[in-house]
Amino acid sequence: MAEREQIKKTPGRTSGDEVADSPTASASGEKLKTEIDDLLDEIDEVLETNAEDFVKSYIQKGGQ
Amino acid sequence: MAVPKIVGIETELGVMVHGTDDWNPVSASSLVINAYVGRQAGRVNREMSLISWDFLGESPGADARMPGDFDFAYPPEVDTHLVNTVLTNGARYYVDHAHPEISTPECATALSAVLYDRAGELIAIDSMTAAQKLLPEGQEIVLYKDNSDRKGNAYGCHENYLLARETPFPDIVAAATTHFITRQIYTGSGKVGSELAGVGSTSVPYQITQRAEHFEEEVGLETTLKRPIVNTRDEPHADPARYRRLHVIVGDANPSQVATFLKVGVSSIVFAMLEDGALKDLPRVRNPVYSLQRVSHDLSLTHPLELDTGKSATSLEIQWDLYRRAIEWSEEYSFKSVGGDDAGSAVLARWHDVLVGLETDPMTLANQIDWIAKLRLIDGFRDRHDCDWDDPRLRLLDLQYHDLRPAKSLAQRVGLEKLVSDDDAMVAATEPPEDTRAYFRGRCLQKFPDEVVAANWDSIVFDLGDDPLRRIPMLEPTRGTKAHVGSILDQSATARELLDKLGA
Repeated sequence: MAEREQIKKTPGRTSGDEVADSPTASASGEKLKTEIDDLLDEIDEVLETNAEDFVKSYIQKGGQ
Repeated sequence: MAVPKIVGIETELGVMVHGTDDWNPVSASSLVINAYVGRQAGRVNREMSLISWDFLGESPGADARMPGDFDFAYPPEVDTHLVNTVLTNGARYYVDHAHPEISTPECATALSAVLYDRAGELIAIDSMTAAQKLLPEGQEIVLYKDNSDRKGNAYGCHENYLLARETPFPDIVAAATTHFITRQIYTGSGKVGSELAGVGSTSVPYQITQRAEHFEEEVGLETTLKRPIVNTRDEPHADPARYRRLHVIVGDANPSQVATFLKVGVSSIVFAMLEDGALKDLPRVRNPVYSLQRVSHDLSLTHPLELDTGKSATSLEIQWDLYRRAIEWSEEYSFKSVGGDDAGSAVLARWHDVLVGLETDPMTLANQIDWIAKLRLIDGFRDRHDCDWDDPRLRLLDLQYHDLRPAKSLAQRVGLEKLVSDDDAMVAATEPPEDTRAYFRGRCLQKFPDEVVAANWDSIVFDLGDDPLRRIPMLEPTRGTKAHVGSILDQSATARELLDKLGA
């Protein structure tokens, strides 16, 4: 297995090691928070009403 | 030696009629498909004609019809027999048991499978719109691309891979089981809660897959009861002396195109490696059914799977092992069997990046992997509304993620990365792929709709009027491509001419 550790690389790509600990991590964290806030605003608009009855009525028999 | 990994995806859709309690799923499924076919016929300015599926050569079990009466609460002009038709893109669209089901045409690459899977979603969306016009005021048929009603009833998204007949089946079972258990970490589409008896929201508030809990056996023929991780249905729809078709029933339906791409792309590479002898010492996972469910329940991705070597490994470690083998395999054998260098290295690159993401911070994959996208949405919702895991709104988020209506679909709103454009998928809804036998099927349906009376995966039947019906066999999935038959089709003004040119 040890020699396989050496070749984690994909052809035509650099390895993914630089993904960790990027200095912009906190800035992108803020951006993600705004994104999820906008998303949740939209979800509140489109979510079906009466969740309990809605999910209760979803019954799907006869499947593979 | 690896044979070309021709693939196809069959998706059973969840179906609901809102606005009435008086409906049944068989009628509703028939209605959406008939409405779509009728609308397509209108578009091409022809009388509505269903080109029917030809059951010759299918095992009887493949057409298990729903017994009992079909109460009819819909406009009488709509037929309620179990619809089963072939589309001009080479796909099959039909009522299976009590669900609408769409099978993609045969595809030669993972990206092509993604394109035709998305085309299937667009066809389903079109079907809902067309059906709406036939329904009484206040009613609506809704289709869901999911796999479970979260009450113990499951339905499938099956993959099919062309395999060499010479590969011993026990070897397929061994490799497939290890891969299917561990690939869940990127193929799962996520589910709130558990459907296992006695498992509450405290121990399993959320899990990675929809399907894992519906499996009870390691190997078997069943698809509706005691489902097996490896299905043994031996119906190659191709030359049985050369080929098998591995019918994979264990996967989730994926709204995410990246997830579908990896599900099909990595599995194709794994089976090609198996055929080339590159998986000989791949460890086997002990207690496969238990392990399948444990991986699905383990959001930390750290569950140690017991191996037959006496050691243990996580799903991630096993997927890394497969990935490294794939690098070595591709250097020796190339990506010829999975659609060529570009197709194969794109799968490897994505596989690598997703494994890195899962290892470092899964939330970085919220735009690529369904279970993570859904979890991010649910976590955000819980924070905002301060609700616990038993809140029915979380189950609704879970369900509505899979709603195919553009106005309601949550999967369409969470920023999932697209690998194919909707413009291309719209074309693929009516045009077949050019690099498999689906091309011949699709083009014949486009060009000679009045003479083609039936079709199935491995043949087309023509009725030229005076003669007996003439069946064209298509037992080789890699033939009948544009390169093989494109010019013959172009040069044939009539079906008779085509058949004469083919010597049929």
